[in-house]
Order: sequence, then structure tokens, then C-alpha cells
Amino acid sequence: MSTKHDAAETLDVQGENCPMPVVKTKGATDDLQPDEVLEVLATDPGSMSDIKGWADTTAGVELVDQIESDQDGEDIYKHYVRKTE
Amino acid sequence: MSTGTQSTAGETIEDAAALEARIEELETELAEVKADEDNQQMVIIATKGTLDMAYPPLILASTAAAFGWDVTIFHTFWGLEILHEEHSQELGLSSVGNPNMPIPNVIAALPGMDRATAKMMEKRIADNDVASVEDLIETSLDSGVELQACQMTIDLLDYNEADFYDGVEVGVGAATAFQRMADAEIQLLV
Repeated sequence: MSTKHDAAETLDVQGENCPMPVVKTKGATDDLQPDEVLEVLATDPGSMSDIKGWADTTAGVELVDQIESDQDGEDIYKHYVRKTE
Repeated sequence: MSTGTQSTAGETIEDAAALEARIEELETELAEVKADEDNQQMVIIATKGTLDMAYPPLILASTAAAFGWDVTIFHTFWGLEILHEEHSQELGLSSVGNPNMPIPNVIAALPGMDRATAKMMEKRIADNDVASVEDLIETSLDSGVELQACQMTIDLLDYNEADFYDGVEVGVGAATAFQRMADAEIQLLV
């Protein structure tokens, strides 16, 4: 099954709090090939602002999309980050 | 007048050569500036060793490393407890003199209350899925954060290198910290 934005990898940081979603997203994008997209699944509401801030400021990555959804009554935040170089 | 023209042409060639040399020099300088830009630096001086004060330096440091920054935390005085492998797992916390805590000072001052307060905070940290101090230290080291232990404080508290987490740098002093601070974009005292 192909994921949204054809993500090459998925990182699950559900249940983890600041600063782990950003720190682990950085680690996971390091392992990507250029132009590949990483999907990040988080439950930390702060990840919406934090991952955007990180992606906008950091060279070599670009924020493709952020989706807030409800899954069985719990808020899930999905982030899509592309490695650009 | 022809000689005059020749001499002008000679000067023009010399000027061009000088200009080329100058351009080369500036390009090298620009490359150095760009290289510096790629490596922005933050230095945090961690001086406190209570459970609540261990978090801000470690969280900021691991986050800055994720942004691609070079990060150093220089641990001095009670900040050294954060790097002490055994002590870092039972950092203290007191309600005495802390008006943000719900316990009256007269009760908070009783024997055993500091430990109970620290335990209560540890439970809150675990219940809220906040990483432990140990996890944040491992994460920071894995992300390339330099954790330095002030040598003067190591001697003062009678610790030795084996007491600290693997990867902690010992044998450094204020001059090392100051040199890093002078080169850094962000310097914080916590």
C-alpha cells in the first residue's frame, strides 16, 4: 500500500514528547536518499509548530505537508518531509 | 606618444593580474564565511543539578543539533550532576522556597520531603511521556552534542572520569568554554 506523498519511510513517534519528534525526524531524514519523503506519525500537538520550524530553518529538507486527523478519538499529526539534497 | 600608450597597456595588464589575485582572495574568504555559516554554534553553561533544571539545557541542545548546529554544554558546579551516571538518575528537587509547588514550606522542610517531591516529579515526567534525563543525554551524545565536564568541579566534588556517561569530555576548563562562546551565535547560562 503506497502512503500519501509516496513516502519512502514512516517514522512513528506517537506517545513521544518534545524534543523527541524533531530529533528523531532529523535522524530519519539523514537516512533518506535525496528527493525521498519521510512520513512522521506523532501525537504531540507541539510537533505541528516544531517540525515546521525545524524544516523551514534546516538546509536539505523541505516540509511537504502536515495533516491533523482524528484516529479512534485521539489526535494524530502526520508530517511529510522531503530530503532535498 | 606611442611609448605612453604602451606603458598604459602594461599597467592595464598588471591591474588585471592584481584584480584576478584580489578576486581569488575574496572567493577564498567567501568560502570560509560560507563554511562558518554552515556550522552555527550554541554553547550552554549548565550550572544547576536539580531535576527541573536538567531539562532545559538537554532539550535545547538536542534540538539545536537536529537543526544542524554544533552544540556544546559546559557543565560546572551542580550542573555536573547531570553528567554523573548514577546521580543523574536520582536528581533532587525541593519544594522549599518554591512558591510554584503546592506544598507549604513548613511541611516541605521535613526530612524526606525533597526525595518525595523529586519522586512525584519523576512520576509526572514518566506519565506525560517526557524523556528521562538519561534518554536525553544519550540522544544528545548520539546527535553530536559535546557534553563537557568542568575539571575544576570534578576535583572539587571528588569525582573521576569513570563516574560520567561514556562520551563525556573531561579535562576542560573555563578557557575552553569561553573560546567556544566567543565563536558561538548563541550562549546561554542555565
